[in-house]
Amino acid sequence: MDHDELYPIAILIDELKSDDISLRLNAIHRISTIALALGPQRAREELIPFLQESLDDEDEVLLALADELGRGLEDQLGGKEYAYMLLGPLENLAAVEETLVREKATESMCKICTVLVPPQHEEYFVPLLKRLSSGEWFTSRTSASALYAPVYPHVSEGVKADLRKGFQQLGADDTPMVRRAAAKHLGPFTKTLAKEHVVSDAIPVYRRLASDDQDSVRLLTVQDLITIAQLLNHAEVKDQLLPSIRQSVGDKSWRVRYMVANHFVELAEAVGKEIVQDEMVGAYVQLLKDNEAEVRTAAAGQLPGFCKLLEPEVILTRILPCVRDLSTDTSQHVRAALGKEISGLAPLLGKEATIEQLLPLFLLLLKDEFPDVRLNIISKLEQVNAVIGIDLLSQSLLPAIVELAEDKQWRVRQAIIEYIPLLATQLGVQFFNDQLSNLCMQWLGDTVFSIREAAIINLKKLTEVFGVEWAKTTIVPKVLAMGNHPNYLFRMTTIFAITTLAPVLNLEVTRDLVLTTVVQLVGDPIPNIRFNVAKALEVISENLASSAEGRDIIRTRILPQLESLRNDNDADVRYFAMRALDKAAARQ
Amino acid sequence: MDGEPSTSATSNANNWRFAQCFGDKGEVDDITEADIISTVEFDHTGDYLATGDKGGRVVLFERNDSKKGCEYKFYTEFQSHEPEFDYLKSLEIEEKINRIKWCKRQNSAHFLLSTNDKTIKLWKVFEKSLKVVSENNLTDGTRPVPPPTISTNLRLPRMTQHDTIVAAVPRKVYANAHAYHINSISINSDGETYISADDLRVNLWNLNISDQSFNIVDIKPANMEELTEVITAAEFHPIHCNLFMYSSSKGTIKLADMRESALCDRHAKLFEEEDDPSNRSFFSEIISSISDVKFSKDGRYILSRDYLSLKIWDVNMDRGPVKTIQIHDHLRGKLCDLYENDCIFDKFECTWSGDGQSVLTGSYQNYFHIYDVNTTNDIVLQADKSAFKAKKIGAGAKPGMKNGAKPGVKDGVNIDAMDFNKKILHGSWHPRENTIAIAATNNLFIFAVDR
Repeated sequence: MDHDELYPIAILIDELKSDDISLRLNAIHRISTIALALGPQRAREELIPFLQESLDDEDEVLLALADELGRGLEDQLGGKEYAYMLLGPLENLAAVEETLVREKATESMCKICTVLVPPQHEEYFVPLLKRLSSGEWFTSRTSASALYAPVYPHVSEGVKADLRKGFQQLGADDTPMVRRAAAKHLGPFTKTLAKEHVVSDAIPVYRRLASDDQDSVRLLTVQDLITIAQLLNHAEVKDQLLPSIRQSVGDKSWRVRYMVANHFVELAEAVGKEIVQDEMVGAYVQLLKDNEAEVRTAAAGQLPGFCKLLEPEVILTRILPCVRDLSTDTSQHVRAALGKEISGLAPLLGKEATIEQLLPLFLLLLKDEFPDVRLNIISKLEQVNAVIGIDLLSQSLLPAIVELAEDKQWRVRQAIIEYIPLLATQLGVQFFNDQLSNLCMQWLGDTVFSIREAAIINLKKLTEVFGVEWAKTTIVPKVLAMGNHPNYLFRMTTIFAITTLAPVLNLEVTRDLVLTTVVQLVGDPIPNIRFNVAKALEVISENLASSAEGRDIIRTRILPQLESLRNDNDADVRYFAMRALDKAAARQ
Repeated sequence: MDGEPSTSATSNANNWRFAQCFGDKGEVDDITEADIISTVEFDHTGDYLATGDKGGRVVLFERNDSKKGCEYKFYTEFQSHEPEFDYLKSLEIEEKINRIKWCKRQNSAHFLLSTNDKTIKLWKVFEKSLKVVSENNLTDGTRPVPPPTISTNLRLPRMTQHDTIVAAVPRKVYANAHAYHINSISINSDGETYISADDLRVNLWNLNISDQSFNIVDIKPANMEELTEVITAAEFHPIHCNLFMYSSSKGTIKLADMRESALCDRHAKLFEEEDDPSNRSFFSEIISSISDVKFSKDGRYILSRDYLSLKIWDVNMDRGPVKTIQIHDHLRGKLCDLYENDCIFDKFECTWSGDGQSVLTGSYQNYFHIYDVNTTNDIVLQADKSAFKAKKIGAGAKPGMKNGAKPGVKDGVNIDAMDFNKKILHGSWHPRENTIAIAATNNLFIFAVDR
């Protein structure tokens, strides 16, 4: 390494202790460069102790350090066999009060654990884990709980027994923070255990935590319950976990019930068919009827997922009555969640039951006073369509759609517009012309710009669906007619629509219909219209340029117009005319 | 409160001794407004004590181990809140510290929450060692040196210890969640969440998340003209993380359970004492307004303070208080004057002793009272400048104490001469020992029982 390379490194090293935090941060992020420059031996003997001494810095710097120590710095220390040295500073970082730093430190320790060379796990990692687990402050003990899972598979049976015991102690710690951390990491730890130890060690810890006084601890055990259930066979689940499941579903705290409701499908899948039939259906009904709206919302979100595990008959007799209640729930959020999921039931119930049972609910939700509910229903209609067919759907839905299309809130109108192309493919051209085309044109004259804009994009998508011939007879004449409207905003919409539609129209339509209108608007008194005309001409000529006839049209009909716009007295008009001319000229 | 006669040292007033006084000790009348102490709070160990003042400052005291008794010395001071102006509402926001709450310790640093009317802050107070670079690649400490030319000459910066200071840094600022004035904050037993209460709402926070809080109580009527009641204080149960209580200007205390539902607008229990219709007057509602509520350490009892009395409630009995202690019943005849000079709206705090055997609250003329909860034996002490000289009130052998709960005019206390500008609103009791900290205007007094 020559002198020119060495100087920046020297500066970088000095910046590790700069007064400017951004320089320190930068230096820490390049710690592997520094280590490389020092060489493995000095990195081990000087840099690591130095870092260990530097832990009274800002959290931001500590976070960066915790991160960098886990990014393969051992390569600069001389290889894997020295990776354990990085654990020193990380151990201290795992005890600081800032959660983000601690989490990053434990994350890096987990990474280092995978590169350690055996005996080192027991030699360095396990003692460290014990120190953290018995730390004076809860911060180190919370960090410890995350470290049991990664090291467990790498140690001997005797040490394994110790570790299981150590984790158990964390689960019974005095501070709720530590018990919360234990609850959070019990799942991953359990996954590393042999089956017999799941039953003998993990389940007791789980039971202890699941009956904790603190709601915030209990609610974290729902995930553990699922993990443990996944590791056991169905008979064992019934044997070992049934009381716990019942307890969680009926927990006094709504936050715990919320967690159960939110993970219900996962839980039901883990426990097996028999328990689902005997217990889970009842539990689910209970959650759908919960006092707390948040719980009902979460439960409603699991509707199709859970019903997939059930026979149609059970859905009809047990679940549907609750669904009916939820459709008139007092909380709009519950109804919105239901609106999103209810259509998922259609494929499970089949045509007849859907028409008989679900359709009335759809209609009810479509008339809901809360727009999110209505939108959620509309957004999932294709599932229903697949089951009951378009005729029936359109008959019953059309009035609701028309109503939403005229909704007071423009965001609702906008959402409906975005679904129109989808509906159009499902409804077919005949039906669309009869019922919806007028609506689509009506939106072009909406008072809100975003709606007019969405309406134009909608027309383009419809043209892609139904073809140019259809557009020529239905939408193009109507759009062009607006070009004569006395209000400039309508004329503006026309020119915007032309710009947007141009790429999907063919030469014939452009030549015979569109250009006439555009040319007419060149003389518009409003400069905004005129420069948009220039923009439109730019797009049109781009599309025409591919054929000889098109190029002819550009030459004879477009270029003269642009020439006249180039001499406009408005600067913007001149600018866009020039731009269009340049592009058109380039294509000639 | 087990019904047994108390043997605690607090029952004997002679044991209480003035120990210390902090703040300006001169007999001056023009006290700087900013120096007035607005809250006092011991930490969980009793080794530290915090005060907040109207100037937005927080002052911390540390136990002085070199002294035989329980005495404190200055530890650090920092500016917690600054005066602000809300331009949207055209409102001045005072810097006055309304409450301070200590967090349970998690490392060698101290964490505490402080709040003014609108904004809550989480402070970290720690001993920071200041180090300076004494040697690096470009200097050997005294003069610049040429940069190294070979890599073996590269060296890591060498630091030398310069000084150690006590630093206070704001870790989190929980702003913009209260439309009205915050009157209390309380940290949950789970160590992760806390509540903050303003006149009409109670919000729930996670200590680690400053940009989000959940509204759990809202008593704001749809039409503000129908407003009849405000929230005056709120506190978490010391053991059960799901329970909290809040008191109102109508003299009620509501216990709510967060497990029931996300919005706790239905209380689990209501503690209220019907006032005697024969006693009703124009002032009834004002003086029944609860100014402070505190759970006992075990969460079994609730202590509440209204204008004239202290009440102790059993959490399991909402029929009525188990004990009512009249603090200054002699003021009942003077309510008109107290209304005129606004003193009737003074918000006296109340506090339990560490062992739960005594309760403490303040009065006028810098008097404060310590009651034995079993015998309601009353100890009256005065936190006054004169305390330096006399050390005890009563100017002699007998301090102003009396036995029994018989209310009445105290010996030597002339109501007409009472100074209503001198009042003890804030106090805190050492969690383990019989030591109390009393805020008297701009002075902090420490009283302790001789050991």
